Amino acid sequence: MSRPAPIRAAFQQAIAEAWAGGAGALLPTGFFAGAAMLVPFTVGSEAGQLAAIGTGVLWVALALASLVSMERLFQADLEDGTLELWAQEETPLFLIAAAKILAHWTVSGLPLVLLTPLMGLTLQLPAGQLLPAMLAYGLGGLAFFFWGGVAGALAASVPRGGLLIALLALPLFVPTAIFGALAAGPEADGPNILFLAASTLFALAVAPFAASAALRLAVD
Amino acid sequence: MISIFANPHRFMALSRWLAPACLLTGAVLIAWSVWQGLWAVPQDDYQGGDIMRAMFIHVPSAWLAMGSYMGLAVASFVWFIWRHELADMAAKSIAPIGAGYTAMCLATGAIWGKPTWGTWWLWDDARMMSVLLMFFLFLGYMALRAAMDTRQKAARAGAILAMVGAVNVPLIKFSVDIWASIHQGPSVLRADGPAMPAVYLTPLMTGALGHLIFFGALTMILMRAEVWQRRGDVIMARKLAGG
Repeated sequence: MSRPAPIRAAFQQAIAEAWAGGAGALLPTGFFAGAAMLVPFTVGSEAGQLAAIGTGVLWVALALASLVSMERLFQADLEDGTLELWAQEETPLFLIAAAKILAHWTVSGLPLVLLTPLMGLTLQLPAGQLLPAMLAYGLGGLAFFFWGGVAGALAASVPRGGLLIALLALPLFVPTAIFGALAAGPEADGPNILFLAASTLFALAVAPFAASAALRLAVD
Repeated sequence: MISIFANPHRFMALSRWLAPACLLTGAVLIAWSVWQGLWAVPQDDYQGGDIMRAMFIHVPSAWLAMGSYMGLAVASFVWFIWRHELADMAAKSIAPIGAGYTAMCLATGAIWGKPTWGTWWLWDDARMMSVLLMFFLFLGYMALRAAMDTRQKAARAGAILAMVGAVNVPLIKFSVDIWASIHQGPSVLRADGPAMPAVYLTPLMTGALGHLIFFGALTMILMRAEVWQRRGDVIMARKLAGG
C-alpha cells in the first residue's frame, strides 16, 4: 500500500461523515452564531460598547464553538475500529491524526471563520477591520482545533468526555487568545499577527505528535 | 544513580523514616519563618506596612507552585520514557499538592493585593495569569487521570498531558508577558544578588526551604499510600483468583 493512502482516506472520511449525519458540520456554526448573539442582550446594545468588545466576543465564541464537536472527533473512529487499523499502518499515526484534525477544521472551523465578518457587522465592528480580523480568526481557529484535537484524542476513550476536553484544552488556548485578541482588535498593528501565526505554527508542530501518542493509548 | 531509588522496596524502606523526618523538619522551619515574619521582623513602611508579612507565605508558595509543575513534567517524562512506576506515583502525588500550593499562592496574593493595589484580582498581571493557568493545568491533569478506567491508561494519558502542558508553559509565559505587568520585579533571584535586607531574606529563604522539605514529605506520604494501595489490589486479585 502506498504510504499517503491512509492519510488521504482519513481526510476524505472526516469530510464525508461531517455531512452524513444530518447537519453535523452546520451545528458548530449555529452554536457560534447563537453564542455571539447572546452578547448584545446581556451587555446592552449601545454601539460604541459593542464595537469595543466585538472582536473579543467573537474570540470567545470561536474558542467554545471549536470545542463543541471535539468529543466525536476520534470517538467514532475508536468505536468502529478504524483507529486500530490506523495504529497498525506503517504510515505515521501523527500524519493521519493531523489529516483528520485538518479535515475537521475544514468542515467545522472554516465556516465559522467565513461567518466572522457577518457577525462582526452585527456587533458594530468597523467595516475596515473585518477582513484583517478574519485572517486572525482563521489562524487562531486552526490552533484551537489542533489543541482541541489533542484533548479530544486524550479523552477519546472517556464516555461523556466533552467537559473534560474543555478543561484540558482551554488553558492551551490562552496564548492564541491573547495574540489573537491583540491582532484582531481595534489597535491591530505590528508584530501581533506574526506572534499569532507563530503560536499557530507551534500548535501545528507539536499537537499531531501528542494526539498520536494519545490515540495509541486509546486503542490499547 | 537515580535508578537505585527506582526500586519500590528501597523507596518504602527509605521513606519509612525519611517522610516523617522531612515532615517534622519542614514544619519546624515553616513555623520559625512564620513566627519571624509575623512577629519578629520590623514592618517595612515602604512596602505598605504590616501587609508585606504576607510575603513569608506568598513567595514560597509561588516558588513551589512553579517548581511542582516542573516536578510533575519531569516525573511524567521519566515515566513515559523508562516506565519506572515510582515516577508515575510521584507525578500522581505531586498534582494535588501542587494544586494546593498554587491555590495558596493565589489566595495570599489576593489578600496582599487588596490593600496594596486596591483590588483582590487583576487580569492584566502576567504572573497572576501564569499561576492561574497552572492551577487549571493541575485540575485538568487530575480530572483526566480520574476519568481513565485503568491505572496504566491514567498514567499514560496524564504523562502526555503533563508534557504537552510543559512545552506550552514558555509560550503561555511569553503571551501573558505581552500584557503590562504591575507586579514588582524580582527582588531575590537577581543577577546582582538579592535586593532585600538580610533581616527579611533569612526568614524568607528558611520558609522556602521548609516548604520545599514539607512538600517532599507530603509527596512521599502520598506515594507510600499509592504503594500500599497497589499491594492491596494485588492481594485482592490473588484472593479472587482463589489463591
